[in-house]
Amino acid sequence: MTTPTLAARPLEFYFAQYRRVWRGTAISTVVTPIVYLLALGVGLGVFADRFADLPSGVSYLEFVAPGLLAATAMQLASFEASWPVLSAIKWSRQYHAMLATPLRIGDIVLGHQAFIAARMLMTATVYLVVIAILMPFFDSTVSPLGILAIPVTVLVGIAYAAPIAAWGAHTENEASFVAIFRFVILPMFLFSGTFFPISELPRVLEGIAYLTPLWHGVDLCRQLMLGEVILVSAIAHVVYLLAWIVIGMTLAFITYRRRLVV
Amino acid sequence: MASRNGEPLIQARGLVKRFGELAAVDSVDFDLQRGEAFGFLGPNGAGKTSTMRMIGCVSPVTDGKLSIFGLDPARDGVEIRGRLGVVPQEDSLDMELTVRENIIVYGRYFGLARSVLRKRADELLEFVELTDRAKDRVEPLSGGMKRRLTIARSLVNDPEVLLLDEPTTGLDPQARHVVWDRLYRLKRQGVTLLLTTHYMEEAEQLCDRLVVMDKGKIVAEGSPRELIERYSTREVVELRFGDTRPDDFAYWTDGLVSRVEPLPDRVLLYTDNGDAASHGIHERGLVPESVLVRRSTLEDVFLHLTGRSLIE
Repeated sequence: MTTPTLAARPLEFYFAQYRRVWRGTAISTVVTPIVYLLALGVGLGVFADRFADLPSGVSYLEFVAPGLLAATAMQLASFEASWPVLSAIKWSRQYHAMLATPLRIGDIVLGHQAFIAARMLMTATVYLVVIAILMPFFDSTVSPLGILAIPVTVLVGIAYAAPIAAWGAHTENEASFVAIFRFVILPMFLFSGTFFPISELPRVLEGIAYLTPLWHGVDLCRQLMLGEVILVSAIAHVVYLLAWIVIGMTLAFITYRRRLVV
Repeated sequence: MASRNGEPLIQARGLVKRFGELAAVDSVDFDLQRGEAFGFLGPNGAGKTSTMRMIGCVSPVTDGKLSIFGLDPARDGVEIRGRLGVVPQEDSLDMELTVRENIIVYGRYFGLARSVLRKRADELLEFVELTDRAKDRVEPLSGGMKRRLTIARSLVNDPEVLLLDEPTTGLDPQARHVVWDRLYRLKRQGVTLLLTTHYMEEAEQLCDRLVVMDKGKIVAEGSPRELIERYSTREVVELRFGDTRPDDFAYWTDGLVSRVEPLPDRVLLYTDNGDAASHGIHERGLVPESVLVRRSTLEDVFLHLTGRSLIE
């Protein structure tokens, strides 16, 4: 007899924990991207709008806002799936506490990822509201379709959080996270179409950028927030992100089990 | 829910846990009956924790048979774990949450309703004497308080068996006695306890029945009293010597004691009459620096069975 997923139960734990720390994270997850947005979109945007040749006459602010949304989702989710996962195994041992109850490995993996997804929804919602308020002041607009960018941030976030959590449950060495952030996440943040179209990149790097989940998230958010959706391309983006999620989750099930059930 | 009368709650036959080449648990048999306090006594590395983890369904059985509530841990882990309480060796409390939240969140893992849990948390905190710390964060609590909270948390689902892995390791003597007192009360209330320990005093105080484990095997089984009677003498004479320690103990003690155990720091003489034995060797001219006559403990049983001390 198989019991349906119990992932909602650990989710409550993460929310109880989040209630204690949300003020600190509110700064980093909401204020930081807004500062970026103002500095890049408004400050740098003055230059960019004068010289750059952005597609179909959009302002630089309109161009960069969706990029920042997707890139923030990637960063936040990657962080949430790194040290917190290792801590739940090694230091706070929360996963062990969960495993002493009816929860199973699958519930533990899904519960943690569900919380990260919830964080994406909350952060993206606040971010979009702020953008919608700010845009008119700078002669820019955001399409009503932009609301759909909110669930897209969940796809982007989990496409990163699932494989990183899988790595977190595999590694003994927390320093590897520093390497991941420095050599994987940061370059993606800069070169996956967040701040400029990847067509500006050298050929080889452009090819690599196409492979990153972030670029697919950025482009999809951009299509939605500019209100210029190309359906085939949008579906391809979703499918690509889902593929990363499925692979990442599968790996996480394997590494969690190997680490916790011995 | 209850298993049929007389049928053991937990039954192991030829139970084996292997990590690569190493057999951490090497074919052990035991039964746990409802209402008893049963212990695994042994040094670190004896296989106690591995056994506990298999019972807790977080470690697959390598070989042999293990049945818990008549269920199979490989198949029925969810149901089994729902009926067990687990006090792990290392604390797994959440430091960010309050004392009370820790119990409620944990209770939610069992699917218990919030309204039920609020009441239950208050009762449990009262039981472990943490009511006045209910709203405090866990982190600043002392080691003893954290242990008591872990015990309270493990009782949230009203478990049929409480698994305690080294429940007082790392606590100072006073905190240890408070924990023992709470566990003793649980035992009096009829909660079935299964504990591992390397403190013979803990085993003597809490266990109705225990098995002595060494290197993955069970080397003896019985009540603390029975084990002492079977494997040791009534009394023990502990001799300590200064610089001039004789080595021919067989000569000095011949006919006076039933067994001699020379340890690095002292020599143990096993006899049913400690005073008579210490008189005897004195008359023969052996003068140790100090002489202590005490009754036999499980430590002596372990020493006799394995040739080693429990705490190394």
